[in-house]
Formats: sequence, structure tokens, C-alpha cells
Amino acid sequence: MKTITVKYFAILREQRGLAEESLSTEAADAQSLYNALQTAHGFTLPVDRLRAAVNGEFRSWPAPLKDGDEVVFIPPVAGG
Amino acid sequence: MSFKISDDSIVIDEFASRLSHAQAGACATFEGWVRNHNEGQAVAALEYEAYAELAEAEGSRIMTEACEKFDLLAAEAVHRVGHLQIGDMAVWVGVAAAHRGPAFDACRFIIDELKSRVPIWKKEHYVAGTSAWINCSTKGDFAQNTSAPDSA
Repeated sequence: MKTITVKYFAILREQRGLAEESLSTEAADAQSLYNALQTAHGFTLPVDRLRAAVNGEFRSWPAPLKDGDEVVFIPPVAGG
Repeated sequence: MSFKISDDSIVIDEFASRLSHAQAGACATFEGWVRNHNEGQAVAALEYEAYAELAEAEGSRIMTEACEKFDLLAAEAVHRVGHLQIGDMAVWVGVAAAHRGPAFDACRFIIDELKSRVPIWKKEHYVAGTSAWINCSTKGDFAQNTSAPDSA
């Protein structure tokens, strides 16, 4: 098991009802972690519409995770 | 050269003053404003949210790319977060170059890249009382539209 911090923004923050949480997980990567969280919390966005960031940098899926990492799932952006 | 996320109203002078350069013959700026309609719906207000740490890092990469690609002398940009009203400025981009061509082109490049790459999200609050996170719909015609509509 590893401990992962997940930060939520925008639509995911609203659907989770939290901005941040610490999780104990056996997920090997951010993609499988998202799949588990999506099942648990009913996130509407499929993983292929998201980008992953680990420890403040964009990462390609599946984005491997190690103990202590901070993960952000990035919904489609809409600045401007 | 910088890209900043701002919780407060954008004060242009703060950023514009950094564009001054003795070799500059052109300055181009772009302002994105909150308008009262989108996709046929009357908009009452907007809410912007950012993953500020990564937004400023990715935005700064865009500014660096623009400086190299267009041979700019200076470039600054700032994007608001929080609750905005109709007419408020959501984003400001300013560049300085020796000539007008690269200045116009760079300004366009920066706003286009900011809209497509930087982790900033927009929630529209409609006059009808509903609201929606833009580009995040999973039903209807825009479900697979991952690029921002021409909204700035």
C-alpha cells in the first residue's frame, strides 16, 4: 500500500465534495487510481478526457505512482 | 517575462510597465472579457478556478516558447480566478517586439496556447439559474469537444 494525496479541481472537486484527500491505495498508477475513484464517487468524465499531473508536473498516462506522490486529475481546460 | 494567476482584478499598468524596451517598435495587447452570452445561453456571471502552481509553470513555458518563436523583447500575461461579472477582464496578454508582425502573431499564439494548455477551468452561471463547467459536458453535442470554444 502507498499513501497518495489527491487534489481535486473544478467539476471533479464538486463531484467529490472535497478539494483534497489522502488515500491508502494499491493502484500502480494514476489511471487505475482514477478508475477506482470514478467507480466510488461517480465522476462523469472518462479518463481519456483527463490529463494527469504528479507532483506538480504533467505526466503521460498511465502515470506510475510511488508512496507520497501528489496527484491531480486535470479536466478539460477552459481558460480565456 | 511571466505568466501569473491573480485572485484580484487585473491592474494592467503593473504588467504593461514591464514591456518597455529601448529596441521595441511595437506593442500588442489582448484582453479577454466576460460576455453576457455563450452557446445561445444568457450568462449572468463566471467563475474561474486554477491549479495555480501548474498553471503558472505551464503559462511560463508558453511565454518562453513565444519569446523564442517570435523574437520578442518582452511578454507578460495574467489570468483571473474567482467570481467575475459581465465586463470584467478575465485575461490580459501583452508583448513587445521590434516590429508589429511578430507582436500581433505572438499575442495570438499566447492566448491560443493559454486557452488550450493551462489548467484553468470556467464555470458559467446562466441567467436561467443553471450552471456548467465549460468543456466538461459528457452529454450532447459538445461531449467530445476538448478544445475551448471561441469564448475570449
